[in-house]
Amino acid sequence: MQDNHNNEGGAISQKSAEIVTAIIITLFGAVVMWDSNRIGAGWGSDGPESGSFPFYVGLMIVISGIVTAINAFRADGKELGDFVEHDQLRLVMAVLIPSIVYVAFIGFIGIYVASAIFIIAFMMWQGKFGVLKSVSVAIPVNVFLFFMFEVWFTIPLPKGPLEAMFGY
Amino acid sequence: MEEINALMGGFAVALTWQNVMYMFIGTILGVLIGTLPGLGGANGVAILLPLTFSMEPTSAIIMLSCIYWGALFGGAITSILFNIPGEPWSVATTFDGYPMAQKGDPGTALTTAFTSSFVGAFVAVLMITFLAPMVAKFALKFGPAEFFAVQLLTFCSFVGMSKEPPFKTIAAMMIGFALAAVGMDTITGQLRLTFGEEELMRGFDFLIAVIGLFGLGEILLTMEEGLAFKGTEAKIDAKVVFQTWAKLPAYWATFIRGSLIGCWMGVTPGGATPASFMSYGIAKKFAKNPAGFGKGEMEGIIAPETAAHAAGTSALLPMLTLGIPGSPTAAVLLGGLLIWGLQPGPLLFVEKADFVWGLIASMYLGNIAGLIVVLTTVPYFAAILKIPFSIIAPVILVICAIGSYTVGNAMFDVYLMIVFGIIGYVFKKLSYPLAPMVLALVLGDTAEGAFRQALLTSQGDLSVFWANGLVGGITALALIMLFSPLFSKVWSLAKGNKAAA
Repeated sequence: MQDNHNNEGGAISQKSAEIVTAIIITLFGAVVMWDSNRIGAGWGSDGPESGSFPFYVGLMIVISGIVTAINAFRADGKELGDFVEHDQLRLVMAVLIPSIVYVAFIGFIGIYVASAIFIIAFMMWQGKFGVLKSVSVAIPVNVFLFFMFEVWFTIPLPKGPLEAMFGY
Repeated sequence: MEEINALMGGFAVALTWQNVMYMFIGTILGVLIGTLPGLGGANGVAILLPLTFSMEPTSAIIMLSCIYWGALFGGAITSILFNIPGEPWSVATTFDGYPMAQKGDPGTALTTAFTSSFVGAFVAVLMITFLAPMVAKFALKFGPAEFFAVQLLTFCSFVGMSKEPPFKTIAAMMIGFALAAVGMDTITGQLRLTFGEEELMRGFDFLIAVIGLFGLGEILLTMEEGLAFKGTEAKIDAKVVFQTWAKLPAYWATFIRGSLIGCWMGVTPGGATPASFMSYGIAKKFAKNPAGFGKGEMEGIIAPETAAHAAGTSALLPMLTLGIPGSPTAAVLLGGLLIWGLQPGPLLFVEKADFVWGLIASMYLGNIAGLIVVLTTVPYFAAILKIPFSIIAPVILVICAIGSYTVGNAMFDVYLMIVFGIIGYVFKKLSYPLAPMVLALVLGDTAEGAFRQALLTSQGDLSVFWANGLVGGITALALIMLFSPLFSKVWSLAKGNKAAA
C-alpha cells in the first residue's frame, strides 16, 4: 500500500524512525538503570535490594536498544522504505490531535459533554456529515453512556457544569 | 474419572439461567468487539472489566471469557467478508476465506470458519479438562525458583517464536518489566522510578496499556490505511449451514491436525498466529488439490481456523494452572481474576475448585453459545462494518477514554492511554511486538517476587535456578528457546556455505 506512491508528499523514512525509536528506548533504559542504582541495586541485608531487578531490566533495554540502533544504521535505507508518508501522517494526526484535545477537555466540562462535542466535530470534519446527522449520533450515544454508567452501574465518571444543572 | 465428576459439578455452577444469559450477552459483545476495528479481544475485555466488579466472580468471569470466545469468532467475519484480519491469527483465514466469499459463497465460507473454530476450541477445552488438573497437581511442588524458571521459559519462548527481530522482542518485553516496576516495591515498600511524581506512585495498570496499545494504536493504524471498507454481503441461512456441515466430515484429518497443532502451540505464549500458519501450510502439503489453495478451498479455511481457536483456548491452560497467560487476552482475564482475589495457579484448583470447574464448564457452553450466536446473527454484524469509520472511530475512542478512566478513577490514566496509543502505533509500524510487553507488565511483579524469593533462600547464589533436575530442565529449555534464533541463523549460514562450496 505504501509502496505504490512515490514519495510525492514527502515522507519520514523507516530508517530514521528505527534509529530515533531505538535511541529513545536506549535512553529510557539508561534512566531506569540510573534510578535503580540510586535506590540500591546490590545485595542488602534482606536479600536483593529494591533496585536490583529493575537495574538489570534497564541494562537489557540499553543493550537491545543499542543493537537495534546499530542494525538500523547499517541497514539500507532505500530497501526499508518509508515509515509514514505525509498524507498518511496527516490522517493519523487528524485522529490523534482531536483525541488529545478531547481528553484534555474531559477534566473541565465532564466526559459526556466532551465526548458529544468530540463525536460531532469528528463526524463533521472527517466524515463530512451534516450537523443534524452528527448531533443525532452524538447525543443518543452519550445519553446512553450516561444512564449506563451513572444510573445502572453506578460508576461515577468525570462530570461538568451541565450534569451539575441536572443535579448529578 | 474424578475430572468428569468435577466437570459435572461445574456444569451445575455454570448452568443457572443467569449465567447462561451472561454467556449470550458475553458472546454477542465479543463478536461485536471482534468485528470492530480498534476493539480486539484484549482491550474489549479490559474496557468491560470494571463493569463486572459488581457481579458475582463466577458469573463475571464466565461473561468475560465468553467475550473472548465471541471475539475469536468475530475475527473470522472481517477476514472472510472484508479481507481485513481482525487479529493476527486470522490472517491465514483470509487466504481462502475471502476468495470463497468473492466467488459468491460467503455463507459457506463463514459456516466453515465458525464450525472449524468451534471444533478447534472444543478439542482444546477437552484437553484442558483432563490436563489442567494434572499440571496443577504437578505445579503444587513448585517453589519460587521453579516458578521463576517457568516465567523465564514463557518470556524466552517469545524471543524464540516471534517473527520480529529478537532484540526488538527483548526491548519490548523489558520495557514492560520496567513499567511494571514503577511505583511501590511490594517487598520493601520503597518507591521506584517515580521521580517524585505522585501520579506515578500507583504504578502502571496494564489495563491502561492494553486499551492504549490495542485501542487507540489500532485506530491510528486503520486511519492510515484509509477509511473505506469494501466487503461482500453476508447471506447465511439454515440450508447453507446444513449443506456445509454435510461436506465438512470429509476433512476430518485436517480438523484433527489443526486441533493438535493448535493445542500444542497454544500452550506456549504467542502461539495462535504461528499455529494458524503452520496448520495452513501442513494442510496444503497433505491436500489432494494443493493448487486450489488461495483460491477459495474449504480446507484452507478449516486448517487455520481450527488451529487458531485450539491455540486461543489452550492459552488458558497455563493461565489457570501456573498463573502465566499465553496471550494478551488471557493476561487481561488473569488481571480480572486477581481483582476478585483469585490468584491463578496450582492452589486455585484446590481452594476454589468450584470456580475452576464452573469456568471450564462454561468454556464448553460458551463455545456452543458462540456458534449459535454467530450463525444466526452474522448479517447484522456485517452490517455494522458498513457504518462509516468516521462514526465508529470517535465512538470507539470515547469508549477507550471511559474504559481507561474506570480502571482506577483517575484522569491521569486517560492521558497515559493516549501515550500508550502513540507507542502502540510506532511499535506496530517498526515491528516491536506488543504481546510480550503486555505480558511483562502483567507478570512483572510476580516474576520479580519469585526471582527475589529464590535468591533469598539461596543467599544470592544464582545456581538455585539449576539446583535440581526440574528447575534445571525448565531453565535449560528456556535458554534453548532464547537462543533458537541464533541457532537457526548459524544453521542457515552453514547451509549457505555448503551450497556455495
